[in-house]
Amino acid sequence: MSKIRYERPVIKKLETGMPNKFGTRTEYAPMTHIDGVSVKSLIKEYGSPLFVISEKTVRSTIRKARKAFETRYPKVQFAWSYKTNYLNAICSIFHQEGSWAEVVSGFEYDKAISLGVDGKKIIFNGPEKSEEDLCKAIQNDSLIHIDHLDELYTISELADKSKSRPRVAIRVNMDTGVYPMWDRFGFNYENGQAWDAINKIMHSGRMELVGLHCHIGTFMLSPFAYGIAASKLAELALSVEQKFKHEIKYIDLGGGFASRNTLKGSYLPGSDTNPTFDDFAEAISSALLNSNFKQDNLPLLILETGRALIDEAGYLLGSVISNKRSSTGRRNTILDIGVNILFTSFWYDHKITPAQSFTQYSEDTCVYGPLCMNIDVIRESASLPLLNRGDQVVIQNVGAYNMTQWMQFISLRPHVVLIDMDEKPHVIRLRETLDNITGMEKVPEHLANFNK
Amino acid sequence: MKLRKNVAVSEAGLLFNPVTGESFSVNPIGIEILNLIREEKDPEQIGRIILNKYTTDQATFEKDYYDFIGILEHHNLLESHEETKA
Repeated sequence: MSKIRYERPVIKKLETGMPNKFGTRTEYAPMTHIDGVSVKSLIKEYGSPLFVISEKTVRSTIRKARKAFETRYPKVQFAWSYKTNYLNAICSIFHQEGSWAEVVSGFEYDKAISLGVDGKKIIFNGPEKSEEDLCKAIQNDSLIHIDHLDELYTISELADKSKSRPRVAIRVNMDTGVYPMWDRFGFNYENGQAWDAINKIMHSGRMELVGLHCHIGTFMLSPFAYGIAASKLAELALSVEQKFKHEIKYIDLGGGFASRNTLKGSYLPGSDTNPTFDDFAEAISSALLNSNFKQDNLPLLILETGRALIDEAGYLLGSVISNKRSSTGRRNTILDIGVNILFTSFWYDHKITPAQSFTQYSEDTCVYGPLCMNIDVIRESASLPLLNRGDQVVIQNVGAYNMTQWMQFISLRPHVVLIDMDEKPHVIRLRETLDNITGMEKVPEHLANFNK
Repeated sequence: MKLRKNVAVSEAGLLFNPVTGESFSVNPIGIEILNLIREEKDPEQIGRIILNKYTTDQATFEKDYYDFIGILEHHNLLESHEETKA
């Protein structure tokens, strides 16, 4: 006689009145497969924990985003934000889909070049660009987005020395009515810094001012702020045209679009409340079309959104190490997924779904990672089905930032697997080994062989 | 160890304690264990019955069983040792 699947005995007090902080149960069906590949087989083959990225979702998401903008505005260009996920395979998908590269360091710049991205299609952002980086970017005719005056003067000197005319834009920060206002990057619009920088560039004659750029924040929940930003950049571009008879070729609205994740402290899930690509596209394109640009001379609209394009395509598979109770009787579950590989658990209440069938019973649970560190908490409070030791879980919407901001800390980082369009898995980043880590270390001779 | 006499347990998984007025939901395996406790089976006997019927091992069940008993005690659903002696 075959045995019944075991579920631990559980008793839960029924309470009426206000909902508790754990909220209501959110999981109704297990996630047994990702793009037709079983979670169980992925863990068996590649181990636990394991990052999985769906190529189908990456492609369908960028296509959805392009459609939202291209149906509203005639000239649109996406640039893949490398810092969001710069695994070569992922960048290559975005480049195949027509995205340029948006990089924020010499390292990312070199990565884009080594992948074969045309230098003219690399946008170089960020406050730290060394002279060496800038020389490379000038030589490759990349688009350099100036962050501060020191950089402006450095580029001016390099342009003079190299007898070239670098293509530049300035990053503009501004009040779009959202809090906190991001004013640490670029030149301020309201106090005239941006206009001042534009005048310096135009009067120097050493650089070609081709664009205006802003990036108003991160995980933006208001599309209207982008409308304000687009209007202000349009205003600035038209002022340049009026004063210098010079055409600004593009307006770059940066990124910051919210993904489907749920920010900590949110009352409703992000999947129900966060703006869609259509919402952002409507706000931005309306602002640009309603500005005073001539119909036949609209600037190219560049978008550098990262998170909203890749978050949904990423999954983190893991296993239950143990179930415990805290001193207060609260259920604690320990997973083999730590905050060192799931950095975004500091920001989001990630959705955790069991990978095997479960009953309708649930428990209010605190989900911990495996690290011997008190901060290793994946979810402070979640109403989860009853998980047994060894059960597998899928954490969803983890494609953005986790595979770039992750840390080698206490344990080694896992494999990353891409499931291709034909539902075939490929390792796109190998699990770390001890040699990877110690190979970079040097022990001075007097400390070697301490046993002798 | 005994379940309090006046505690009502329905087959559908609802448990009611008339002394405190509190209601609880219990999953099927929990109901099964409560019934075995009612039948005055000791932990070893309960363990054997569960291990024969479900896909688990002794160590896992023993841990979960005592955790479950702890929660029953916490909610005052078991008779105390003094009450049992009396």
